[in-house]
Amino acid sequence: MAHHTLSPRQYLILALVALCAPLGDTCLSRGMTHLSPISLAQPGSLVAAVFTPWIAVGIALLIGFFASYLTALSWADLTFVLPATAFGNVIVALLSRFWLHETISIQRWLGIALITIGVGFVANGPSLTERPQPAGDSIREEQLQ
Amino acid sequence: MTLLPVTAPHPGFWTAAGMIAAIILSSTTGEVLTAAAMKSIGDLDIIRAHSGLKGAIRAVLTCPLFFAGVFFLATAFFALLFALNHMDLSLVAPASASLTLVTNAIAAKLFLHENVDRRRWTAAVFVCIGVYFLAH
Repeated sequence: MAHHTLSPRQYLILALVALCAPLGDTCLSRGMTHLSPISLAQPGSLVAAVFTPWIAVGIALLIGFFASYLTALSWADLTFVLPATAFGNVIVALLSRFWLHETISIQRWLGIALITIGVGFVANGPSLTERPQPAGDSIREEQLQ
Repeated sequence: MTLLPVTAPHPGFWTAAGMIAAIILSSTTGEVLTAAAMKSIGDLDIIRAHSGLKGAIRAVLTCPLFFAGVFFLATAFFALLFALNHMDLSLVAPASASLTLVTNAIAAKLFLHENVDRRRWTAAVFVCIGVYFLAH
């Protein structure tokens, strides 16, 4: 297997994958808790909720996550990209500790350590499984160049 | 008379396991189909360099596998909502999030023929336990 190294731009996309999903979820959660309880009998209030600032930012971040996730899957293996999504939980936990000054239990610190070690294992390996290239593909690549 | 919120009785072990299995199965199917779609489309950065952002979006939106993947990811989302209606978040979220990592590694090896070596298995198990600790 050849060692596929990532460009700085690809590392940036993986960072967006890790950051956008948890930050988007946090924005949605913050936005929804600030609203009065919404009943399914009033779907209009649910639509109106989409246009409140926190929820709009949350949706934009989740769209950003999905776009960067799809981009990452186009040049890296699923088993390489998925740990990056899990690393987002670590970022949120660290933000809550050092920015919001929340207390983190020993169990959560252990979780952070395990995820960090796991992501480190994957990041040190190749990002994509090497496959023999069909003859047609190499001709197409030459035509593109 | 005061109205109390109606809560569903806690499901038995096998019902709870079935609900979590439904989330894991649909989520894994969705992830694998989406990954297969993106591999069949090719490197989006190269496509965007040649055909622009519109070309990259068109390449994704004209791939049937992508929509199959999104369908199963949406099914996983609704399965999660259904499970949350019957079980506690502290059980459903960590169990489904962590086990999905392991099932994805197995599915990626079987269906996407990814080289899931010892390094990636170790990482999947570490991250799986880590997510469980973090979310529990």
